[in-house]
Amino acid sequence: MNWENPSEFFAMGGHGLYIWASFGLLALLILIEVVVVKKRRKDLIHRLKRLTKARAKMVEKE
Amino acid sequence: MASKQNEKKLNSWLKFSSTRNFYPLADKMIPWFMGLAIVLTLIGLYMTFFVVPPDYQQGNSYRIMYIHVPAAWMSMLIYLLMALYAGIYFVLNVKLADMMAGGLAITGAIFTVIALWTGSMWGKPTWGTWWVWDARLTSELLLLFLYLGYISLRAAIDDPNRAAKASGLLALVGVVNVPIIYFSVTWWNTLHQGASITTNKTSMATEMFITLLVMVFAFWMYTIAIVLMRVRNEIIERERDTSWLVEELGKEK
Repeated sequence: MNWENPSEFFAMGGHGLYIWASFGLLALLILIEVVVVKKRRKDLIHRLKRLTKARAKMVEKE
Repeated sequence: MASKQNEKKLNSWLKFSSTRNFYPLADKMIPWFMGLAIVLTLIGLYMTFFVVPPDYQQGNSYRIMYIHVPAAWMSMLIYLLMALYAGIYFVLNVKLADMMAGGLAITGAIFTVIALWTGSMWGKPTWGTWWVWDARLTSELLLLFLYLGYISLRAAIDDPNRAAKASGLLALVGVVNVPIIYFSVTWWNTLHQGASITTNKTSMATEMFITLLVMVFAFWMYTIAIVLMRVRNEIIERERDTSWLVEELGKEK
């Protein structure tokens, strides 16, 4: 084990700022990437469902 | 007889080069790769912060290496894969190959940003500078511009076939930059340190090496998962007029 207590862990022997800025940006970008891709899937499926419904209605009218 | 069997085998593989057969396959694979990515990341982070000791010269700042090196490797490997898929698209004219190339680009760009950013964060406390215009750093920055150019070129052209051709050409031309990045530390005397891991020897303690390896696998699994997710979206977008897609989505829920 490297650390005696949590504050020692966060300080990282004086390198905390650099280390947390590194891991932090990675976590942030990955999080944004996953959220954006998932949201796009939701939107696309939603649009396709509406399209399918509209098409079915048109067929009914004819 | 054997040739017929081989042909059958080839056909069963080529089957997945059509979007219709690939879509359900991607659906099944995504949770597995994402699950593996999460498990490996948790193990890797635990090892990074609680198992490996601080470096006797650099102290704790070297822990950045466990994301810096995988990100830098992925930034190059993803570019090579992207160019390979672009090449496959040109030779076989398979649109799925173009979708794969397009799906890889943003993740590649993200890992390039991470490689540059973490390099800067590691460089300041260790070598006393955020940035130098040495060969390794400059060629990696060029890689980022290649990714950004590729992404904006695709976004700028509406027709998918023309976008695939123009961006594919850029990907193929830009591939010469990858060996330049990789060998820059041996070709030029630079600030960036040389490779610690080469195919015949490793100048690294075993537990550090294993930690790095776990992180590299985590990055790989994540890349496969997110790229499949993006390709799946692209298939929905491009195949919205097909009945199989409506049926496929109907099956899901």
